[in-house]
Amino acid sequence: MTGQKTLQNILADIISTVEFNHTGELLATGDKGGRVVIFQREQESKQQPQRRGEYNVYSTFQSHEPEFDYLKSLEIEEKINKIRWLPQHNAACFLLSTNDKTVKLWKVSERDKRPEGYNLKDEDGRLRDPSMITTLRVPVLRPMDLMVEATPRRVFANAHTYHINSISVNSDYETYMSADDLRINLWNFEITNQSFNIVDIKPANMEELTEVITAAEFHPHHCNTFVYSSSKGTIRLCDMRASALCDRHAKFFEEPEDPSNRSFFSEIISSISDVKFSHSGRYVMTRDYLTVKVWDLNMENRPMETYQVHDYLRSKLCSLYENDCIFDKFECVWNGSDSVIMTGSYNNFFRMFDRNTKRDVTLEASRENSKPRAILKPRKVCVGGKRRKDEISVDSLDFSKKILHTAWHPSENIIAVAATNNLYIFQDKVN
Amino acid sequence: MGEEEGLHQTQLLDTMFVRGLKRKCIDGEEDIEGTLAGIKAIPSYNLQRQSLLDMSLVKLQLCHMLVEPNLCRSVLIANTVRQIQEEMTQDGTWQMINTQSTGQTSLDRLVSTDILCRSSREQAEGKQVPGYSNFNKDFEDDQTQDSSETMSTASSVQAPRNLQSNVWEMENAQENRGNFQKSLDQIFETLENKSPNSVEDLFSEVDNSYYDLDTMLTGMMSNTKMGHCDGLETFSSPTTTTSNSNCKSDLNELDHIVEILVES
Repeated sequence: MTGQKTLQNILADIISTVEFNHTGELLATGDKGGRVVIFQREQESKQQPQRRGEYNVYSTFQSHEPEFDYLKSLEIEEKINKIRWLPQHNAACFLLSTNDKTVKLWKVSERDKRPEGYNLKDEDGRLRDPSMITTLRVPVLRPMDLMVEATPRRVFANAHTYHINSISVNSDYETYMSADDLRINLWNFEITNQSFNIVDIKPANMEELTEVITAAEFHPHHCNTFVYSSSKGTIRLCDMRASALCDRHAKFFEEPEDPSNRSFFSEIISSISDVKFSHSGRYVMTRDYLTVKVWDLNMENRPMETYQVHDYLRSKLCSLYENDCIFDKFECVWNGSDSVIMTGSYNNFFRMFDRNTKRDVTLEASRENSKPRAILKPRKVCVGGKRRKDEISVDSLDFSKKILHTAWHPSENIIAVAATNNLYIFQDKVN
Repeated sequence: MGEEEGLHQTQLLDTMFVRGLKRKCIDGEEDIEGTLAGIKAIPSYNLQRQSLLDMSLVKLQLCHMLVEPNLCRSVLIANTVRQIQEEMTQDGTWQMINTQSTGQTSLDRLVSTDILCRSSREQAEGKQVPGYSNFNKDFEDDQTQDSSETMSTASSVQAPRNLQSNVWEMENAQENRGNFQKSLDQIFETLENKSPNSVEDLFSEVDNSYYDLDTMLTGMMSNTKMGHCDGLETFSSPTTTTSNSNCKSDLNELDHIVEILVES
């Protein structure tokens, strides 16, 4: 998929999460410094059709601050791990943002009017002497410059001993879950001092710990169903109606190991870094180090489709283990119609796979290679000896430039790609 | 098993070493092939496996020094270590290597891993945990084989410093590669020039040059533990470590790693 591109950069901290809201009008990013920046899509204008749908900064606020856990003598990072939007019911928007330990519900609202004509105070806000007031008037609302305010409405704290890796809003819009390495908690939006533990894989004896939870998500339509993935490459689907504590899964998805590819790194590269339901709710997509897999919920013994993201790294696993790149957690996303999936790679490359045509493309998010309005050129990594002119060899890849976070507009072909501290927004060319 | 080993070996060789050395490895390999059918891949494979094990242990060690270790990463590394040690135990390499070690029993070598993690935990639990800046301050460049002598008379004050600097040595990829490469050059030279008549000879060569770092680390760990527990008592002999450690079976000490990772 190539397309017209609008390039927007923020020179800020490293972006740690990207998420469109349910209409796609808003795009939220969280960064390592605990800030949230929300972009809003411009309204279409007949005067300037070429500027259709560009995203501009709408609101910026500090969501989380660094904290210190005095008991453990450890600093709690303010880095935003995940942002999830709630569906919009009125003029205000709500989103959940989380760092390692605390989830916060933020209300983002607009103010474009203010009351004027108070009786008891004058326009500067100074109180008037009541004995001097001889007439009464009704204050009126007058327009003012648009102000976007973000206010924290709820703080859900002290429920996680380990690092939160996922949050997911339930389709009932009354509850949501937060998952850390060993536990998953269910929250009601209205109640902040209690959460319900629904999954606990902490062994009685921590010495026996060999597997952790890596990601979790609610089913898009069935409010009783959720999945969580593990560091051993397994996915468990749980039904909350079955029991209060969902330690026993309803379904267990695992692909049998390929003996010919076995190495000491097999387990590490099988660890799932992201799990996403399709919009339809029929499939689940998982990302491990080298592949993206699509699973049919009705088939537990193997994935329906497997896509190679960067198989040329298979022979480099030892180096990647040494420099810790093998532990990078890449995310994956569906497009609105579930026909295309996208995920990131190294060297600021990101990959798209068309599930119907089975075609795939590698694109690059970088300032050098892209100018605004230019069409993205597909890239190719060469693995063999002969390198063609436009190809890049595996050994020239920059492993510090990794695209871990991407997002896809819920209905249109607009994607947001986070490359370290730059945000790229690409759109399909119109007409 | 041979083919599988070959596959692993290629993977490891391809990625472990700088390009110049890679060629050497292949040449050495071909020489062995003619002379030791069936054992052709074993020395190199074991070497890479050992270095992978060492790398993993260092990574786990460093976890303790971080603000709060990433549990997923720690668990994955610990599982890798366990996997390697299981395989080494299964094909008897573990035992073989240990009989060749300079006077150390297999239990001591396994204990070393235990102590590795335990001493870190004790450091973490201790009130006077040296800050991150201390590691930089204490980094010394004189980590050579001579330090094994220094080690045996080290006091409790000096022991942690040696520990940190040795760990930093390991972390410093260039220097690590330097030592490693020297050892490996020696090994491959040996393999090319001589044709060893027994596997033991092979391992004796490997042992002297390569495992010194390991031995040092082991000794230092013991020393640290001694220092921590017994104040200013000087380190007398390696065997005293067993008295301070639990006598667990081969693989159980690994469990401590995970326990410590979470509790620290």
